[in-house]
Amino acid sequence: MEAAKRRWLSRAAMFAAAVAVSGAGFVPAAHAQQPIKIGIGIAQTGQLSGGGRAALLALRMWVEDVNARGGMLGRKVELIAYDDQSSPATTPGIYTKLLDVDKVDLLIAPYGTVPTAPIMPLVKERNLLLMGNFSFQGNHKVHHDMYFNNAPLRDAASWCDGFFKLGQGAGAKTVAFLAADQEFAQNLANGAKEIANRVGLKTVYEQSYPPTTVDFSSMIRAIRAAKPDIVFVMSYPNDTVAIVRAVNEIGVGDSVKLFGGGMVGLQFTPIMESLGSMLNGIVNYHTYVPEKTMEFPGIKEFLARYATKAAEAKVDPLGYYLPPFNYAIGQMLEQAITATKSLDQRKLADYLHTHEMKTIVGPIRFRQDGEWDTPRVPMIQFRGIVDKNVEQFRQPGKQVILEPAQYKTGELVQPFEKARK
Amino acid sequence: MFSLELLPDAIVLGILVGCFYAAVSIGLSLAFGLLDVPHIAHPAFLVLGSYGAYLLGRQGWDPLVAGLALMPLFFLLGIAVYRFYYETFERRGSEAGVRGLAFFFGVAFMIEVGLIIVFGVDQRMVEADYIGRSFSVGEMRLPLRMLVASALAVVLTLALTVYLSKTFTGRAIRAVAQDEPALRLMGADPVRIKQRAFGIATAVTAIAGAMLIVVGPVEPSLDRVYIGRTFCVVVLAGLGSMTGTLAAGLILGISESIVLTLFGASWAPAVSFGLLLIVLGVRPQGLFGR
Repeated sequence: MEAAKRRWLSRAAMFAAAVAVSGAGFVPAAHAQQPIKIGIGIAQTGQLSGGGRAALLALRMWVEDVNARGGMLGRKVELIAYDDQSSPATTPGIYTKLLDVDKVDLLIAPYGTVPTAPIMPLVKERNLLLMGNFSFQGNHKVHHDMYFNNAPLRDAASWCDGFFKLGQGAGAKTVAFLAADQEFAQNLANGAKEIANRVGLKTVYEQSYPPTTVDFSSMIRAIRAAKPDIVFVMSYPNDTVAIVRAVNEIGVGDSVKLFGGGMVGLQFTPIMESLGSMLNGIVNYHTYVPEKTMEFPGIKEFLARYATKAAEAKVDPLGYYLPPFNYAIGQMLEQAITATKSLDQRKLADYLHTHEMKTIVGPIRFRQDGEWDTPRVPMIQFRGIVDKNVEQFRQPGKQVILEPAQYKTGELVQPFEKARK
Repeated sequence: MFSLELLPDAIVLGILVGCFYAAVSIGLSLAFGLLDVPHIAHPAFLVLGSYGAYLLGRQGWDPLVAGLALMPLFFLLGIAVYRFYYETFERRGSEAGVRGLAFFFGVAFMIEVGLIIVFGVDQRMVEADYIGRSFSVGEMRLPLRMLVASALAVVLTLALTVYLSKTFTGRAIRAVAQDEPALRLMGADPVRIKQRAFGIATAVTAIAGAMLIVVGPVEPSLDRVYIGRTFCVVVLAGLGSMTGTLAAGLILGISESIVLTLFGASWAPAVSFGLLLIVLGVRPQGLFGR
């Protein structure tokens, strides 16, 4: 009886060992079939959705491309995306869900500074890699060492230097600031005011307005009364349109040599098409325009493919602003994962910190804070824009690059009232 | 930036903005003020009206003419919505009021999502001869779109006031707000009267929505920006007062504009809602309330 029991136990132990060994073999195989999940909350409704939906399309294009090449680490890639409604109130919940319920392997940040800010403490606390998505100085308070921004904007200096340099070249001595009362605009405004001070520009008007402001006639009137040489505007898409309209109706006066700077929305095709000739003369930031100096390898092919898909998806048809840089996020992740053969967040972060990334928006090298080592914020001037014509924006010469020097394709036309005509 | 030189401009621009606020609130004054319907979806109907004007604008229609043309359709829509609301909620007693609120929230979301599906999320604008141009009086420049919208707002307010005071149906609408059982005893059907009133309130959103897209671009979630302002105007006016709505709109517009110009734009919303709290504290029925 005892011997039978011992034999039974011995066979049971051997059986259990066999199961354990084959189970160890099963687990990696099962895991290998699971896709690599990348999570994002991005504006698909709300005022940032014009950019958000185009960005999401670009990310989906990258996912298709990488899966067509066999995926990464032998696994397909799956993008899990939720709509953050352009609202910072939704992003903590979305990213908690992505991490704790969907159990994603990697995170991409929401589009924009305002929705990104609330999740920075979360990713820092949990030591997670976060690919930033057009956030302006999103990491400058949190100091997370695993944050990498796809936007070439970096800081206020990289944004404003070119703009103020143009103004000073035109003889400007005074500046007016108009900024939305929210994270992005205030970050930029604080930096811009310091720089203006440093270069000797006197501030003759400054105004922060609530984001729900409907009419800007009073503010534009006040700017005109202050007679500034430069007007630096930091606005989000809805306000940008209202401000451009108000400028067209009220006028900013003959003293103004330079108007624009940080107006988000003048990069979205539907807004550019709607404003049409009202854009002429405005000098504003961009990230990519179809000028000869910005023909990076792969960008034209991407934009051609994007245009077809954008028409089907009813999103921004040109896709110059966010899509190439969102595709670049995918390219950077792919390079890091392929090189490190790992999804370990720290290893990927170390790789991104120490290597130059090759992307369709050019080579990218990061600083310790996750911003570009060499920022690239073209200041462009709208010229010769006519109404109701999208195709004109595909041509060079409509968004002339004035700064930085290495990408310059034309000279500033000023004063602003002359440039508008 | 304290500058008295800008005060006249601020007042005049405030009057224009105030008239616009009144125009977008007047339908709510009828629906919520007179009928006690918790019409949270009112701003969503405004945006729907804007998109209607946008669609007709693409066929060459002037946006304000388009708004007027859409009024009969919106009237019928209002009747249908009220009938559904009455049968499902109002008929079941006052405790169903909260559920009615949820109903109109749902209607608002459905409108927003419907617009996103059909039009996408991008901003839409219209064109007209009076958009993008201004009327100059000395140094003062007044946007023509605001002048046109304001003039129409005044006409709309006067038209509604006359309708409600001089016509049989109008007086019946005011009667149902005052004493529904008495109206029933007089042989009138309060439900039909309220249905018609809600239809009129919704019809007004067609033309007010057209003004909305004339004043600025619209996108599907724009209703969230206006929900606070419209209720503020209606409550400040006093529930059910049409001329009071115009006056409240003007007070709000002028105070916002003066504060913005003299003290800074960040203070403007605080002042307008602060004003509302003060008025409600001193006169709970609103400035012109019954």
